[in-house]
Amino acid sequence: MGTYVPNTEKEQKEMLELLGVTGMEELFGAIPGEVLLDRPLKLKDGISEMQVKNMMAGMAGKNKVFSSLFRGCGAYRHYIPAIVKQVTAKEEFMTAYTPYQAEISQGTLQAIFEFQTMISELTGLRAANASVYDGCTAAAEAVIMCREKKRNKMLLSGAMNPQIIETVKTYMAGTGTEIRVVPVADGVTDKTELKRLLDEKTACFLVQQPNYYGLLEDYEDLGKLTKEAGAKYVMSCNPVLLGILKTPGEYGADIAVGEGQPLGLPLAYGGPYLGFMTADASLMRKLPGRIVGETLDGRGEKAYVLTLQAREQHIRREKASSSICSNEALCALTASVYLSAMGKEGLRQAATLSMSKAHYLAERLCGIEGFSMAYEGDYVNEFTVVYNGNSGKLMQGLESYGILGGLPLKGKDYGKIIWCATEMNSREEIDELIDRIKEVLSREVDI
Amino acid sequence: MKLIFEKSKDGRGSVLLPPCDVPETELKSCYKREKELRLEALPETDISRHYTELADRVYGVNNGFYPLGSCTMKYNPKINDEIAGLPGFADIHPLQPDQTVQGALEGLYKAEEYLDEITGMDHFTFQPAAGAHGEFTGLKLIKAYHEKRGDSKRNKIIVPDSAHGTNPASAAMAGFEVINIPSAEKGLVDIEALKGAVGEDTAGFMLTNPNTLGLFDENILAITKIVHEAGGLNYYDGANLNAIMGIARPGDMGFDVMHLNLHKTFSTPHGGGGPGSGPVGCKEVLAPFLPIPRVVKEGNCYALLEEGADSIGRVRGFYGNFLVIVRALTYILTLGGDGLKSTSENAVLNANYLMEGLKDTYTVPFAGHCMHEFVISLEELKKETGVSALDMAKALLDYGVHPPTMYFPLIVHEAFMLEPTETESRENLDRVIAIYKELYEAAKNNPEEVKNSPKKTVIGRPDEVMAARNPVIRYEFPV
Amino acid sequence: MSNLLFTKTHEWVEFLDETTAKIGLTDYAQKELGDLVFVNLPEAGDEIGAGESIGDVESVKAVSEVYSPVTGTVSKVNEELLDHPDLINSEPYESWFVIFEDITDKEELLEKAEYERFLKGEE
Repeated sequence: MGTYVPNTEKEQKEMLELLGVTGMEELFGAIPGEVLLDRPLKLKDGISEMQVKNMMAGMAGKNKVFSSLFRGCGAYRHYIPAIVKQVTAKEEFMTAYTPYQAEISQGTLQAIFEFQTMISELTGLRAANASVYDGCTAAAEAVIMCREKKRNKMLLSGAMNPQIIETVKTYMAGTGTEIRVVPVADGVTDKTELKRLLDEKTACFLVQQPNYYGLLEDYEDLGKLTKEAGAKYVMSCNPVLLGILKTPGEYGADIAVGEGQPLGLPLAYGGPYLGFMTADASLMRKLPGRIVGETLDGRGEKAYVLTLQAREQHIRREKASSSICSNEALCALTASVYLSAMGKEGLRQAATLSMSKAHYLAERLCGIEGFSMAYEGDYVNEFTVVYNGNSGKLMQGLESYGILGGLPLKGKDYGKIIWCATEMNSREEIDELIDRIKEVLSREVDI
Repeated sequence: MKLIFEKSKDGRGSVLLPPCDVPETELKSCYKREKELRLEALPETDISRHYTELADRVYGVNNGFYPLGSCTMKYNPKINDEIAGLPGFADIHPLQPDQTVQGALEGLYKAEEYLDEITGMDHFTFQPAAGAHGEFTGLKLIKAYHEKRGDSKRNKIIVPDSAHGTNPASAAMAGFEVINIPSAEKGLVDIEALKGAVGEDTAGFMLTNPNTLGLFDENILAITKIVHEAGGLNYYDGANLNAIMGIARPGDMGFDVMHLNLHKTFSTPHGGGGPGSGPVGCKEVLAPFLPIPRVVKEGNCYALLEEGADSIGRVRGFYGNFLVIVRALTYILTLGGDGLKSTSENAVLNANYLMEGLKDTYTVPFAGHCMHEFVISLEELKKETGVSALDMAKALLDYGVHPPTMYFPLIVHEAFMLEPTETESRENLDRVIAIYKELYEAAKNNPEEVKNSPKKTVIGRPDEVMAARNPVIRYEFPV
Repeated sequence: MSNLLFTKTHEWVEFLDETTAKIGLTDYAQKELGDLVFVNLPEAGDEIGAGESIGDVESVKAVSEVYSPVTGTVSKVNEELLDHPDLINSEPYESWFVIFEDITDKEELLEKAEYERFLKGEE
């Protein structure tokens, strides 16, 4: 039996004796007989650490780790500086609870305060919270922030990542809110449709930068239209690209949200990731979740505390705007360490390298017969191509060479593939991808 | 100590990325950020020292005793972290084809089977990222269930007043009206109040059992029956599951849907507030409504099912906090069925041992054995000395132990709620008992001293009023 | 403050004329709540019934509803409280919360002496 109980059986027996009971069962005397489990759990017995390590390593070995990877769509493989993992593995950060006891949690609190500052700088909006579950739920929480008595219609650009749209829909179902998806034209939000849908009942409009198809939209104009209707403008952003892109603050957004995974978090099959949220200072008290603030202690020294807590579920209960309690604190720390190591120059470099590689990849890809750009718009690290062959077979062919190609789309976007490049894709790797595609195409006559 | 921004200098930093090996693409100026990013890189030495200094100002489970009631701050085994760091888990893209992630899907599938057996539920989803997220998801299942049956007038969730704040907040968020019912003595469910509250509009009832006083509700079968007979469903808040693994199961108590906190019961680290993982379990009848995607087994292969006609939809991106689930799975395999039972037994034994050691000094409001946690009241001490539970908690900091949960549950005044967990040794418990006794004497003999604590921590008590009245929530760069 | 009336939920009411009144929180209420850090006010134009919530006040670790003693329409809110919730602590009877107009109904209100007797019972 594997165990993390330090007390030996003998000690346990002595403790039971001291309590005046004959055995463990007696401690559970309050549980009615009808609900007591009258058999052992049907699980195997515990094993040693060495055995479990082998077993789990075997399981990990059944997953294919692609060394050459051209897929994004919400999860991006960027370089993670070595210092990041070392810092975030520190046991104090790792094993501490939520910093309710400020006197012995200044490290966690200051780290979150620094995170809030960094996210605020990246997005150009003043008020950041300490994180939410992920980018999709951050968008849903932003929609909740925008809800007003007289405005309950929420508009989402159809060019957002479908997972964001689906999550927002689940969150808002049955809450008396209307969710409308604004149609897409040429890979971006259809402005005419947006104008038509915006009215005095509209609470907000959400758009993604760059959008799902990789395109940059006319965020200036979209923002103007939204504000003219008196609605809130919400942007969902890629934080690494904010190193070079015009910020939500500069576009006049009221709220910026996004998936923080590109900031030093591994792909990890989708989690844990990091939802970030920032808002204009006037919306600070509408932000969900924890917020760290600066204050003084009894000795007059600077100190950090969880603040504006009366917004939260443990005080406001059913009147709280969100029920979030545990967030993604350690992932926020990861992002902070990543940003400290990269700095503005490193971030600019990661963004520019990603952009340059994506453009190189697009050019080479579209040089192959059967591939063409799906849209004319400007893009950064991702782009969409139309491929008039069998993309499933193409991808399988590439997988046999250890390459994970772009993501073939389904449904209304069938026939399109979204490709992604980051600084991790060398020119050599891209050239090899092109050669392999040609090889697969020449071998498989029917694709 | 200084903020990282106050330590950075322009032009410093490491060389982390290679030069560009393809033609460089210039971003059109209309898309470029105008305001320069105020974020200077630091040399690695400075980063390392900054975060080491911060880590020194954090108290984790590795530092010592951490008896936060209802938080289950047990030791976090290192093998779990090592496994989660394996490239086969950490470096796989969430949009890889199923056949290239068979290990990951197998892990999720097996973890689901194990949790089914531990809780007596029929299915689990790992989508929810934390306990409150699990509550929200579980309540959405309840909503979908009633709606599917055309029973859409059921819009009320009943919650005992002793419940965690997340319960009513999640219910409201899921679009329900919340009915709070008062608790009976010992924080148990007031059967009459429950009977009075249920009706044709009852969608469900939420309960933690054992409750927040560490007591198991003996009437549990009667309680869940009342709700079922009224047409409602029973929701189990798994915050306190550490007391009953291998001993009793929510699925056998009449609960239809529940969440677990992998970051409590299943030993994954809290990370200073997250990430957690809040898998939701349910009985067969609710399975069609579970969020997508679902992991299914087809022959010897595993696959992700992206659609479900009656599914509530997606509650977050991808498949949940995967690496947290990997850690929990490692823990379950290590302990096995026998180890899980022994874990709960020892959690309960340690709590009773600690309570026994404190009961002659402090007021234990409810006699008899407790489960994995218990509450003591400092009300009398406050009357006698003016020293409050808050003062005592702050004084404990100077002894180098983490204070317990304070002022919760509300039905006990000046409450301390202690959950030692199974991972503390007898000597540790003895040491803590001695500290608590010494502190009690100090409060009696020297109340002012206690009221002025802590003294040994890096900061004194912070001014929370100032922080909330004039919120400063980011650093201001000098102009 | 001789013309003030009180509720058992610790609001004070000052009728400016038959259908117009100022509402605030009593000194007892502010003491019980401790240092206030924020107030949530309704909007002018909101119609609120007697016994319903007007808004709430926050201290660091608690939030308390402020209940309307009258049925009427909010004509004005005291926006100064948004920046200075501490005024409720320092000058509770100057720090009105809202002004109601078109009052059509009211709760049972206590005279000063009655309220003081009620407070003695509370203790």
